[in-house]
Formats: sequence, structure tokens, C-alpha cells
Amino acid sequence: MDGLMQFIFSGLTVGAVYALVALGFTIIYNASDVVNFSQGEFVMLGGMITVFTFEAGLPLPLAAVVAIAVTAGVGVALNKLAIEPARGAPVVSLIIITIGASILIRGASQLIFDKQLHRFPAFSGDEPLQVLGATILPQSLWVIGGALLVFVALWLFFTKTLTGKAVLATANNRLAAQLVGINTNYVMTLSFALSAAIGALAGVLVTPITLVGYDVGVGLALKGFAAAMLGGMGNPKGALVGGLLLGLCEALTAGFLSSQYKEAVAFVIILAVLFVMPQGLFGRKSTERV
Amino acid sequence: MKSFTTTALATLIAVGAVSAAQAEIRIGVSVAATGPAAFLGDPEAKTIEMLVEELNANGGINGEQVELIVYDDGADPNKARTFATRLVEDDEVVAIIGGSTTGTTMSIMDVAQEEGIPFISLAGAIAIIDPVREYVFKTPHTDRMACEKIFTDMQARGISKVGMISGTDGFGASMQAQCKDVAGNFGVEIVADETYGPQDADMTPQLTRIKNTDGVQALLNPGFGQGPAIVTRNVHQLGIEQPLYQSHGVASDGFIKLAGAEAAEGVRLPGTALLIAELLQEGDAQREVVQGYKAAYEAKYGESVSTFGGYAHDAFALMVDAIARAGSDDPAEIRNALEATAGLVGTTGTYTFSAQDHLGLDLSAFRMLEITNGGWSAVE
Amino acid sequence: MNMQSKWTQIAILVALIVILPVFFPSGYYYRVGALIFVNALSVVGLVILIGFAGQISLGHAGFAGIGAFSCALLPVHFGLHPAIAVLVGALLSALIAGMIGRPILRLQGYYLAVATLGFGVLMSMVLTNERELTGGPDGMRVADLGLREVLRDMGLKLSGGEFWYAMCGLVLVIGVWVALNLYNSPTGRAMRALHGSEVAARTVGIDVASKKLQAFVISAIYASVAGSLLALQNGFITPDVAGFMHSIEMVTMTVLGGVGSILGAILGAAILTLLPQVLTVFAEYEQLVLGAVMILVMIFLPRGLLPSIAAKLRGRGE
Repeated sequence: MDGLMQFIFSGLTVGAVYALVALGFTIIYNASDVVNFSQGEFVMLGGMITVFTFEAGLPLPLAAVVAIAVTAGVGVALNKLAIEPARGAPVVSLIIITIGASILIRGASQLIFDKQLHRFPAFSGDEPLQVLGATILPQSLWVIGGALLVFVALWLFFTKTLTGKAVLATANNRLAAQLVGINTNYVMTLSFALSAAIGALAGVLVTPITLVGYDVGVGLALKGFAAAMLGGMGNPKGALVGGLLLGLCEALTAGFLSSQYKEAVAFVIILAVLFVMPQGLFGRKSTERV
Repeated sequence: MKSFTTTALATLIAVGAVSAAQAEIRIGVSVAATGPAAFLGDPEAKTIEMLVEELNANGGINGEQVELIVYDDGADPNKARTFATRLVEDDEVVAIIGGSTTGTTMSIMDVAQEEGIPFISLAGAIAIIDPVREYVFKTPHTDRMACEKIFTDMQARGISKVGMISGTDGFGASMQAQCKDVAGNFGVEIVADETYGPQDADMTPQLTRIKNTDGVQALLNPGFGQGPAIVTRNVHQLGIEQPLYQSHGVASDGFIKLAGAEAAEGVRLPGTALLIAELLQEGDAQREVVQGYKAAYEAKYGESVSTFGGYAHDAFALMVDAIARAGSDDPAEIRNALEATAGLVGTTGTYTFSAQDHLGLDLSAFRMLEITNGGWSAVE
Repeated sequence: MNMQSKWTQIAILVALIVILPVFFPSGYYYRVGALIFVNALSVVGLVILIGFAGQISLGHAGFAGIGAFSCALLPVHFGLHPAIAVLVGALLSALIAGMIGRPILRLQGYYLAVATLGFGVLMSMVLTNERELTGGPDGMRVADLGLREVLRDMGLKLSGGEFWYAMCGLVLVIGVWVALNLYNSPTGRAMRALHGSEVAARTVGIDVASKKLQAFVISAIYASVAGSLLALQNGFITPDVAGFMHSIEMVTMTVLGGVGSILGAILGAAILTLLPQVLTVFAEYEQLVLGAVMILVMIFLPRGLLPSIAAKLRGRGE
């Protein structure tokens, strides 16, 4: 079991990245039953905007705040311009719309920014920490901490706050939610802003590790989506566990079996879990309405 | 740039004035300006566009202007084939430059060969010019030569056991296979052979495996994009002391910035003269070309030159030189002139084509470079 | 689109395929035409899966990959004629679709989407990683079909572009004919019934699982044959054919044109194939335009281009 600790650290780092992306999916899904395939682009925007504002001379924390705010704005625009006008469309149309949005955002970023890879400095330096005979970068702790924090915040939001409950109610039955006085338009706007902000935060946290370029969004969205589905879409717990599980699977497979097929193992596990539990690990049970 | 223009001018004078009745000379380009190989195609397209502007401002080839038609194939071989067909059949170009990746090159190659249009590829694989195809040439070193250069250096340092970690993208996979193939010739044994996906965020598991393999004396990382930067950082993180070799796939200043000067310290890779333009000696044959191109590109685009843009520079220089010598825009005659190219100095090396050799470079054009104090230095 | 008019639809398609070349200024247009037909073929398959049976797949490029690499590998390793390899590839795709289809199709909505996506990713990963066999990401050469030479000996001289235009056009017409027949068959009706509501379909005695599976298998065969044709036409193939983006492209074509309409789906294939060719001058803006087109069509013409336009023409409005 040589190197086990290192594999686990690597898995947790990568898993936390997936989890952060997966967590971003949950709010929009909970509010509208839409899986937003442009979630990865929010992560990209978070990283890219931070890079460019930071290089323009802004201090890093301020650059990050700008990036998160701008991305939240993009999320709201996405809802107003593309999702709301298509309310009631079938799943496949919504998939096309959000993929279209992802291609659009990517196309715009390539024009606004550039096609190079970028990075900004890690928050607490690059000196690796020695733990139990293995090493971990301080930035990894930031990413893992960030994922946990977002998870706790979301969990509190959905279970303890009125707004959070309003989000869930809107998803469950829009008309009924309106009847009891929930402003569903506000709920939708809020969820897109929050999802985009979480995505951008993920981008800010992971860029020092993974680097950022205009086209990193697709890969991240794919993994984040897989992680969210593994855990059960819509459940913050599912997103966190799904992401970490996926990351650990990949790292342990790369460490002990073959690095060539590490992603294959991850997807085989997803398929296997879905065959046994069609709603993912922590998914809601639902029945089809006739 | 200057010397290239003077070369063209000199040939022009040598050939003499040619009939001015011809229309514009059309040259077609299909590169991966966007998509996963954009960092190859982007500087390639920019370089050629810049060179055509310069050329036309200086009077074109034999007094004729060059019309450039550029398509972005996004590294998709299917699109590349369509664009190659379009260039040949619809745009009626007399020559094609492009094919940023091996896959797109293979697609364009078939069309060029079938229709008899000279084609200079910008991709690395040895399969492009071996076996030699009449109309197909290329400017980059093969990945096999990169492996040979690296193993030569390892041999000189007494390294015989190497751990490899390669990207699964086209570049990494192809070079991985070539390196494994030639390692034996240099008394080098590949004792560990790991891979990573092009989008992976952390390679410490693979590197830990290599670290734990007995007797590894050096690491070799064929790949491009963000992978090599992350590998370099991870090697530093794990405190692996053995020397790390990267490939020509990351030969640009951007790599040092992404990997961080501290982590990249001591990394060696085979590169071209372009990276050490300022360090070139007075008598160096490439000095003028390299410095001219670097200065012009960086002034125009405000970003540092890369080896890949250099490949496009050389391809265009070769093509212009051949068209000038052919004194005609007949594709077959351009091809013949291209094959007769001798001693053309480019940024990558000095090209001399023959009927048996459509690459025309040898190992001497590769320079072993080392990253020291956040910059490049040549290994003697 | 009125599906009863089976022969009208086929007549329109055949007329278009035959007449269009009159307007082709150069050989390049045959190439684009052939590409449209290949894409349209896999899209017709997806109309059966998405439009008829109401199931989604984000991994159908995996089957295109099987078809393509069957054509590349079988002639080399087993000495099969490429034409036979197309059939073997289709059979293989059908078998694999049948095997994975049963468990996968129990899933619904996004869960089905992620499971099919997983299949596609696995397929493309195998093709990319098995370098010794498939040439890895650099791809491999594909043997020539040889039919063009046979035709030439018979006195029919065709350029490569013309031959593949005719060949792909012919296969597309056959594919459309099969799909239209299926639409009106009892099986087709059952598929469409479960699209409306699975529970309702089940209560009237339809074997929902097996109908879904049939739609999945049939659409896999379409994608596989399309992949084979692409490989043979290009003479060279890389694992990109099985990639995630190719799956997305297929679904987008299907939905853009009109998911319930076969001619609509062909229109969708034509538009998305032509778009990058038309936008070459603005290559920088290609992605921007593509994304905007996808969003706008889904918002303003939610049933897809052709059905929405047809409805408007008939004066029924949306």
C-alpha cells in the first residue's frame, strides 16, 4: 500500500474540484429541474476574470470578488434570456439550450480574453505540507475547505431558511408555490445567481492547481455532472459525496491499477450505481405523473 | 524576418523577372486556430497572416501579391478534410500549409496527394514523411527526433533508467510510443510508464508510482497543454530529486510561467533556437532569422513567440522560396522547386529537402535547453 | 409534418439529392453534400429514439465509433471486405446496444442522459487508449471500398466526391424509407405511445421496456452505419468520431430541425453541417453564432425548425 496517503490526498483534491462543480448544479436543478450544462463555463469565467483583473493590477481577493459578481450576473442573464423564455420545454430542449449557452459563453470568452492557459498565485504559497509521509499543497486545503463550506451553506440554506424552502417549493410545484405567495421569478433569478457564484468561486479556488483557459469548462461540467448524478441530482450531500467519490476512484485507480483507465473506472462505477439505484446514491424518489 | 525577405528577394533576382500576366498567388491554410489544439494553431495562423502582410507590402513573390485563405479546422480531421477539399476544388489554391495535429495532417495529406497540390504540414509524427509522399512535406522535427535528442543527453549524463509519464492526447501518445521504440538504441530502459488525461488536475498518484519504482534516474514527460505544467509542479511538490525532461511540446515562455520558476528550475527539453534568440552567438546561422521573427511577432501580437508559430514561419518561408524559384504558380512545378530546396535557414533549423527526405532537418537543429532562474539556457 | 405522406417525403428527398448537383459550382460541394447525408443518417436514427420513443442519448457517437473502427480494423485484421465490415459493425453496435440498453433504459431524464454519456465516454476512451489497435488519438487509415473502381470498369466514371455524394445519398434514402415505415407500423405506434406516457402505454398492454430497447438498438444501427460511411469516405479515422462533442452535435441536429420530423431532422443536419462552412470568414465568431442559434431555435421554435415553420405556414400558428 505504498503511497496510499498520497493517492488519497490527490483524490480528495480532485474530488473537491468535482464536488464544487457538482454543488453548483444543485441550486438551479432544485429551483427549476434544469441541469445547467453551462455550469462548467461559470467555473471557467471565475478563473479567467480573476486572472485578467488580477493581471490588470487589482489585488487578488478583490479580483476574485469581481469575478464572482460578474459571473453571477452572467447567470442571471442566462436565466432571463434563455431559460425563462423556454419554460415548460422538454428535457432534451433544455439540454440543448444550456449546451448552446455553454458554447456561446466559450465563444465569447475566446474573443474577450484569449486562447492561452493562465494561472494566478496560490493563496497560501506553493510550499507543500508534509502529512503522514505524503504531501499536499496548501491550495488543495483551500479547495477542500471551500467545497465543505459551500456544502454546509447550501444545506443550511435549503433546510433552515425560508428562501431555501421557497426554492424547493418552486421546483416541486411552481403554481402551488405562486399560490402560497412565493415570488417564483425572484427565486429563479436568485438560484441562477447563486449557482453561477458557486461556479465562479470554484474557478477562483482551483485555478492555481488546474490552470484555466477558455475551454476548460466542458471537461469540468462533464465530471461535475457525473458526480452530481452519482450522488443524486439536487441533493447537496449527493454532490459532495459524489464528487469526492469520483476523485478518490480516479486517484486510487491511477495509483494501484492503471492510469490509462482511471476515468473509465469512474464511469463504470457511475453506470453500476445507476443500475442498482436509478436515482443516484441520495436522490429523491419520484414517480411519473400520468 | 529581414533575412527571409532578402532570401526571397535574392532568389527573385536570380530567377529574373517572370511574366506579370499571372493572377494573384493563392495559398491555402487549414490550422486548429480554436479547439483543443488552439495553442498550436493560434500562433500558426497569426504567424502566417503576419508574414503574408509583410510579403505583400514588400511587393509579393516575383511581383505578384499573395492571397491567403485561412480556415480553422478546430483539430477535427473530418473538418480538415472538408477544408482541404474546399481549398483545392473551390478556392483553387496552388499550395497548402497547415495540419496542426497529426490527425488533421493525415486528412489534408490525402487530398493534397490525390489532387497534386504541394502541402507543408505543421505536425510532428514521423508517419507524415515516412514513407515519402510526392506532394507532402513538413517543418517540425519528428517526435522520434525529440526522443533521440533527449536520450542522447541522458546518455551523456549517465542515465539509463527512466520513468515516463505521458499525456493521452495525440502529441503525448505518439511521442510516448516513439520514445519507447528508440530508448534501447541509447541504452535507456523505460522502467515506469504512466499516463494522464489532457484535462487532469493532479498527477501525484502517477508520479508517486514512478517515485516508488526502483532505480529511476530521470523522468520524461511527453505532452502539451496544461498537463506538463501540472506534472512539473507535482514533481516539485513530491520532492522528486531526479532530473525532469519535458518535450518540445511545451517549448515556450508560457510554460515557465505556468509551472512556476521554482518548480521548473533544472527542467530540460529539446527546443529550437527561437527560445534562446537573445543568447545566439554572432556567427550563428539562424540568429538573424530567429531574432527577426521574434521581434516582429512580439511587436505585432504582444505575446511571446512559440516553437509552433516558428514551424508555420518556416513552412511559409519554404513555400515562398519554392514559388519564387519555380517562377510559376503551377502546383507541380512548385512541388519540384520545394523538393529542390537547399540550405534554407528557418527558425527551426536549416532545411535541405531531397526526393528521399521531405523533412530536411537533422538532430543538430534541436538544441537541448535547460530552465535556469526562470529563463532558458543552452546545455553544451 | 404529416407522416402519412410517406412517399411525398421520400420523393422530396430524392428530388433534392438528384437536382442539387446541377447547381454545384465545384467538387467541394459534393463533399459537403455527402457529409450532410452522413450526419442526417445518424440523426434519422435519433429521431426514432428521441422523437418516436421519447428517450434521450448523449452517447450515440459511441456507436458511430464502433461503425467507423469496424471499417478500419476488420479489413486489416480479418481480411474482411470493407462492405462486409459495415454490416459486421452494425451488427456489433446492435448487440452492444441490446446489452447495455436494458439496464440503461430503466433510467429516466437526466439519469438516462448521464448513463448514455458514460457509455459514449467509455467507448471513446477505449478507442483512444488502445493505441496498438486503433492508432490512438492520431487515428488510422481505412481501406478503400473499391466500389468506385468497379463502377469505372463498368463505364461509369465518378470523382471521389461524386461517388460519395451518390453513395451516402442512397443510404440516406434507404434509411429514411425504413424509418417512415417504422413510424406507421404497430411497433412505431407503440413507441410513440410510450413517448406520451409510459404508465399509460403500460396500462394498454405495451411492453414498454422492449419497445424502448428496440428504438435504442435501431438508432444505434443508424449511427453505426453513418460512422462507417464517414470512415470509408475519409479514408482515415480518429477516435474523435466517438467523442462527447459528436454525440452532442447529433442530438442538436435532431432537435434543431424538429425532433418528431424526419425531413426536419435532415434539415437540422444540413444547417449544422453548413454553418461552419458558411462562417469561415467569421471563424472567430463561429462558436458564438452556433450557441446563439441553438438557444434561439429552442426558445422561439420549440418543436424544431421544420414542424414550427410548417405549422406557421398552415396558419395554425404555434
